[in-house]
Amino acid sequence: MLKRRHILSAVLVAAIVGVWQVVASLPGVDHLTLASPAETWRALTNDAGLLFSNAGTTLVEVALGLAIAVALGAAAAVGMHLFRPLRDAAYPLLIGSQAIPVVVVAPLFVLAFDYGIGPKLAIVALICFFPVTVNLIDGLRSVEPELLKLMRSLGASRVATLWKVELPAALPYLFSGLRIASTVSVIGAVFGEWAGADRGLGRLVLLGINQLQTPRVYAGVVILMGMALLLFIAVSLAQRLAAPWSLEEAQA
Amino acid sequence: MATRLEAPAEEPLSSIREKIAVRGVVRRYPARSRRAEPVTALDALDLALAEREVLAVVGPSGCGKSTLLELIAGLQDPDAGSVAAGGQTAARERRRACAYMPQRDLLLPWRDALANAALALECEGVPRAEARRRAVPLFERFGLARFERARPSELSGGMRQRVAFLRTLLAGRPVLLLDEPFGALDAITRTQMQEWLGSALADEPRTVVVVTHDVQEALLLGDRVAVLSPRPGRVVMELEVGFPRPRHRRELVGDPAFAALEARALEALGC
Repeated sequence: MLKRRHILSAVLVAAIVGVWQVVASLPGVDHLTLASPAETWRALTNDAGLLFSNAGTTLVEVALGLAIAVALGAAAAVGMHLFRPLRDAAYPLLIGSQAIPVVVVAPLFVLAFDYGIGPKLAIVALICFFPVTVNLIDGLRSVEPELLKLMRSLGASRVATLWKVELPAALPYLFSGLRIASTVSVIGAVFGEWAGADRGLGRLVLLGINQLQTPRVYAGVVILMGMALLLFIAVSLAQRLAAPWSLEEAQA
Repeated sequence: MATRLEAPAEEPLSSIREKIAVRGVVRRYPARSRRAEPVTALDALDLALAEREVLAVVGPSGCGKSTLLELIAGLQDPDAGSVAAGGQTAARERRRACAYMPQRDLLLPWRDALANAALALECEGVPRAEARRRAVPLFERFGLARFERARPSELSGGMRQRVAFLRTLLAGRPVLLLDEPFGALDAITRTQMQEWLGSALADEPRTVVVVTHDVQEALLLGDRVAVLSPRPGRVVMELEVGFPRPRHRRELVGDPAFAALEARALEALGC
């Protein structure tokens, strides 16, 4: 099902690639800083095995990190929603967590958790925790006071109201948070790998820069973009399955 | 089709004649800001309902009609005076005696119609599947058969209001409190829904307070009509509506006695 917007997207991408190719072929352009689309494509196909096996490592880091962020974020959001003092106390901390410069803490995490997958998961989860938690808290609070009144008159317990009304109402908000998280999570994984790793697309790109393999660096970046796009689409599909009503309303 | 609902028949306090008693009730809301005055919504309001009586409360907007319903429902407490439902004055006990239907249907978009009605049972601790099963016969009886699996967004305004009413019935309480149940509907649907509610109440008798700003609706539904004054709300007139229920608009609009009642109510409202 090819829609108009897909075609428009493809045309735009083609135009950008075209301009990129023209700029890269201009005389005086250093091929060590700008690889042309053709060179990038060659790197993509020649090094496909290497690139995609490393991309697999990065994708696992991203997916697990996101899962951790959702689990911790859901627990934090529900806790802060149910206990007002906790929200008042922890909200500034939550905002502060978003300001932690990942570039600086990434090497510290590697020191603390060693070389393996641990520090990457910690960094991805740290970056994704904020959009997930803040959106969930907003979602839990989005329920109209009238509806809460109705639940109270029906004799619903606090847990029943949370489970039957507030959490389903917060679901579309969770997906909004996840859409943001899905794109930044890829950046988080790359930072984690730059700080110290023996596998992964981030490490491969870093090596590529050091070894002046510019086309391979560009190929890695293209794959990272594709990965973010894939995650974004996966989140949208999950929303269609888990909360179809929220999409109907958007259309109406 | 003899599926009766549970609660109303087995009443521990059935000896009490006054199912609802509101005496000298005052309700004030604190000022919203420093410069604003506190608002007195209700002032020295008295009302009493016998079991299975339908009282229609009519008044100008902002006269505290919704406040009155929330007070009876146990969602608020009065600042002075007393409110009793089923002989109980504690808010918690009033909540147990009353089923409250808010102005808007407030159906949950992620539940189908049947599950929305069954929500009332689930809140009482009935498991989900069992709650659905028990709601099915009501859908058949009240003109919603085949709409069980429809999402709220697929239902018309009148249908949504029916589902909301069934949710209220399924709460299984002896007292129903209906807050402008058809306020958001167009005139034709509204007339149809008034007839529907009238026959539904004939089928499932309850003690009912229905709030409205429509005099004809009040006269069509109520055994009695209480007219409230503008804020602060108090009862300025009570009218006995002698016609047997359920009533039909087309039979009554031409009746001089009905017209006289309407004229008296309108006069009390200052129209």
